[in-house]
Amino acid sequence: MSDHQLEISNISFKTDNQSILESISFSVEKGERVTITGPSGGGKSTLLKIIGNIINPTDGKVLFHGKNIQETNPLKYRQKVSYFFQNASLFDQTVRDNLSFPYDIRDEEFDEEKAKDMLERVSLSRSCLDKPINELSGGEKQRVALIRNMMYLPEVLLLDEVTSSLDAENKEIIHGILDTLNKENGLTTLSVTHDENEISQADRVITIIDGRLEDSK
Amino acid sequence: MNANLEINNFSLFLSTGLLIIAILIAYKEKLELGYDIFIAGIRAVIQLFIIGYVLSYVIQLDNVLVTLAMVLFIVFNAGFNAHQRSDGIPHSLTISLFSISIGTAVTLVILVVSGAIEWLPSQIVPITGMIASNAMVAIGLTFQSLNSKFADQRQQVLEKLSLGANEKQASMSIIRASVKTGMSPSIDSTKTVGLVSLPGMMSGLIFAGVEPTEAIRYQIVVMFMIIAVTSIASFSASYLAYRQFYNEQKQLTL
Repeated sequence: MSDHQLEISNISFKTDNQSILESISFSVEKGERVTITGPSGGGKSTLLKIIGNIINPTDGKVLFHGKNIQETNPLKYRQKVSYFFQNASLFDQTVRDNLSFPYDIRDEEFDEEKAKDMLERVSLSRSCLDKPINELSGGEKQRVALIRNMMYLPEVLLLDEVTSSLDAENKEIIHGILDTLNKENGLTTLSVTHDENEISQADRVITIIDGRLEDSK
Repeated sequence: MNANLEINNFSLFLSTGLLIIAILIAYKEKLELGYDIFIAGIRAVIQLFIIGYVLSYVIQLDNVLVTLAMVLFIVFNAGFNAHQRSDGIPHSLTISLFSISIGTAVTLVILVVSGAIEWLPSQIVPITGMIASNAMVAIGLTFQSLNSKFADQRQQVLEKLSLGANEKQASMSIIRASVKTGMSPSIDSTKTVGLVSLPGMMSGLIFAGVEPTEAIRYQIVVMFMIIAVTSIASFSASYLAYRQFYNEQKQLTL
């Protein structure tokens, strides 16, 4: 058995009368930056949700370090392979509520300094921590949501068109931190995107058309 | 007491005139409710006559087992009705029955042990009816709240799950809101009691000639008991039902 970080093996997904994904297989190595692209409605998001264990495939399996994720603790897996939504929504009242949530679920003490450092890394001020979430702009919310996924750095980050609704400046900030985490911490990213820039930055591009994997470039 | 508390058949028959007023209004305003009012009237007469005779028999018999059977019958009916308001939450019948049983049992035991009521069918049966019907409404509200909140906050629940939260951590805000929804009506009605309406228990006793200063003692017990039972029932129903929104892979199934 080879020990890829992630191995997607013969994944299919069907609804009652429609086949969304058909026998998708590929593997991802640690630190790799993989971009999944293709026309809208081709099943890219569904694939990413299956890898994130948000939904189950109808057929096939996802292996993480050689182990079928259906047979391991889904909570531990999701802490290591973290799915990040297209239009992430913040919950509760303040930025603090959101950034302390990853600590709450692990039953650990909230590291306020680290949260402030992270806010700075995405160009938000340290005082933002106690700001009510409804006073943030769309781009600011997306940045807070991103560092929410990174308070405990996952091994793999699944990014579902996370910059599609953002302006150039916000895109740049988000790309910047992802770039650093990839280079310094070996963070693997799997991103669904239409952004030409992101595609050109990728180590590998996977194209999905009508639920099928096209030959990668 | 007993200041001529009898309605003869002729008076009862004349009181159907009240229904005819409602049917005429429905007919004039084209509400298409005439048939429903007619059926409601007939059902009320039949159901109440039956329950009247059953209760007379149960009270005269004064048998522990028969009284208990009556209590179980009420609890089952309440559970079944709450289940029908769950809008497809899996295992809702079991959840409703369990929650109503627990709420009813705890409240009844406290009332009997404290001496507020006695284990007599004439006290146990009507009190159980009050407890169970309030629990039923509370659970129905709790189910509705769970359904609507999971639909509204689906995205947030998914985000919490994708951060590695377990089902309970991902649902906590929804659970809290749903328990609150189930409890609120009984708290609100307790706050305004006596100012707006004289509640049924107290009205009945006053009707029967009991001094209002005595009747309110029962009403106080009833209000506290209703707050207790709705909180137990909503709490139990929320905590048992939220898991039904997830599959064994801890994924949201909505």
